[in-house]
Amino acid sequence: MSASILTVRGLSVVFSTENNGLHALDSVSFDVNSREFVCVLGPSGSGKTTLLRVLAGLIPPTSGSFTFSGGEQPSIGMVFQQATLMPWRTVTENIGLPLEVGKVNQAVAREKIRDLIELVGLQGFEDSLPRDLSGGMAQRVAIARALIHDPDLLLLDEPFASLDAMTRERMWMELSRIWQARQKTVVMVTHSINESLFLADRVLVFTQRPGKIKMDMEVDLPRPREDDIRYLARFGELARQLRATIE
Amino acid sequence: MYKRLLPIVFSAFVFLLAWSLAARYSGIPNFILPSPLSVWARFLRAVNDGSLAYHTGITLSEIVLGLIAGVTIATILGYLLAKSRSLEKILSPYIVASQAIPVVAIAPLLIIWLGDGILSKAIICALIVFFPVLVNTIVGVRAVPAALYDLMNSLHASRAQILWKVEAPASLPVFLGGMRVGATLSVIGAIVGELVDAQSGLGFLLRVGDFQYDTPMVFVAVFTLIALALMLYGIVRMLENKFLKWQNIS
Ligand SMILES: Nc1ncnc2c1ncn2[C@@H]1O[C@H](COP(=O)(O)OP(=O)(O)OP(=O)(O)O)[C@@H](O)[C@H]1O
Ligand SMILES: [Mg+2]
Repeated sequence: MSASILTVRGLSVVFSTENNGLHALDSVSFDVNSREFVCVLGPSGSGKTTLLRVLAGLIPPTSGSFTFSGGEQPSIGMVFQQATLMPWRTVTENIGLPLEVGKVNQAVAREKIRDLIELVGLQGFEDSLPRDLSGGMAQRVAIARALIHDPDLLLLDEPFASLDAMTRERMWMELSRIWQARQKTVVMVTHSINESLFLADRVLVFTQRPGKIKMDMEVDLPRPREDDIRYLARFGELARQLRATIE
Repeated sequence: MYKRLLPIVFSAFVFLLAWSLAARYSGIPNFILPSPLSVWARFLRAVNDGSLAYHTGITLSEIVLGLIAGVTIATILGYLLAKSRSLEKILSPYIVASQAIPVVAIAPLLIIWLGDGILSKAIICALIVFFPVLVNTIVGVRAVPAALYDLMNSLHASRAQILWKVEAPASLPVFLGGMRVGATLSVIGAIVGELVDAQSGLGFLLRVGDFQYDTPMVFVAVFTLIALALMLYGIVRMLENKFLKWQNIS
């Protein structure tokens, strides 16, 4: 494994004004290595989304620190828990937003958008507006948007929660493929033990609020992971271990 | 289209018919209720001698100038107020208080200060347009979903990019709603000013017509004003149809 790209030390977040001092994250420390795929598992309200928002620079931590190797903020691709599309933009325009913000040449942009639309299986909906998409389709647009500018760090907040089982498993494969091909670092929040075992190098399990790291588990399953990996004895062991920790 | 126009044409016909009959058989003298035909004749005369075009042009320039000034200032100020609670706290008492002053009451004052030309009317117009546009800009900008700010910030977008790619399009529906009200009010603003004192404009025609018992002229001026208001309203509706296609209702 290569050097750590992200170092989180003693990170706490207290939402002060509302709910008089609600403690969302309590002294969370972990490292993420370059090109590592980390899943965050934990009960609802344990501060998983809050952690991603801190890492994306959207809210400042109350105490503690996080540093990226190289010192500066990396480019980030974020998938929010809700799709968060711009209702006035078509699918193509929504996916292209990060390129526009980064002032990427239009012809290059068009090419990349076409590739990603194919990847997430939205051919034929290029010019549709978000109001005409199903929840799962909207989420796929959001996933494509997070990937389009080839970010250094992917922050995914339950990106597949609203997809049907078939699409979800296809997206797992695609995400694995992209992650390997493009050498991304990923931090992904999920509620699904299977999902985390399919995708992750490591799984962080959070406690009930305030979120603390209860377990930091290596997923030492072979790669590439295909559908039949769930029949491996090791898969069952890890799943049992996670389930026991989560309760 | 044809189906939609039919009821309008029909109701206009009934209205004109009722008006003619009332003018003809009610015994009301022509200088109080002129017949549609005499109004039409007066209209043609005003068109031919160029007076209608001239005075409409004056009023229209007052309206356009007033709209541009009022909308520009209201939009900028509204945006700043939406973004800064402290600025809002400082300014909003004055803005609300200023709305308690009827524009009709300060129109004479403005004309004393600024003369009876286009400028004073344009400013009256701007004042009357200002408030609805201001309020709707504030409401529109405040209603921009926080999630879209998060999205833009996660992409390290600049302030300008957030303004043009999120805030402007997201607040446009509410903003145009304010414009619709403002555009119609702007006509009232110009006329109020012209009725107080003016050497030209449709309000001037109204006064002259009134003074000379040229009631058909008054009717011509009133109908022209209605047409102006409808046109401005129509322009805003056109903008809505063009830019708000993404909404279910526009
Ligand atoms: N902006 C905020 N202001 C106040 N409290 C907040 C804010 N954001 C989150 N919280 C609180 O912090 C706690 C953690 O929230 P968070 O969204 O991080 O949970 P989560 O682990 O993502 O939950 P879920 O699995 O349901 O998405 C919750 O109790 C929530 O109410
Ligand atoms: Mg969450």
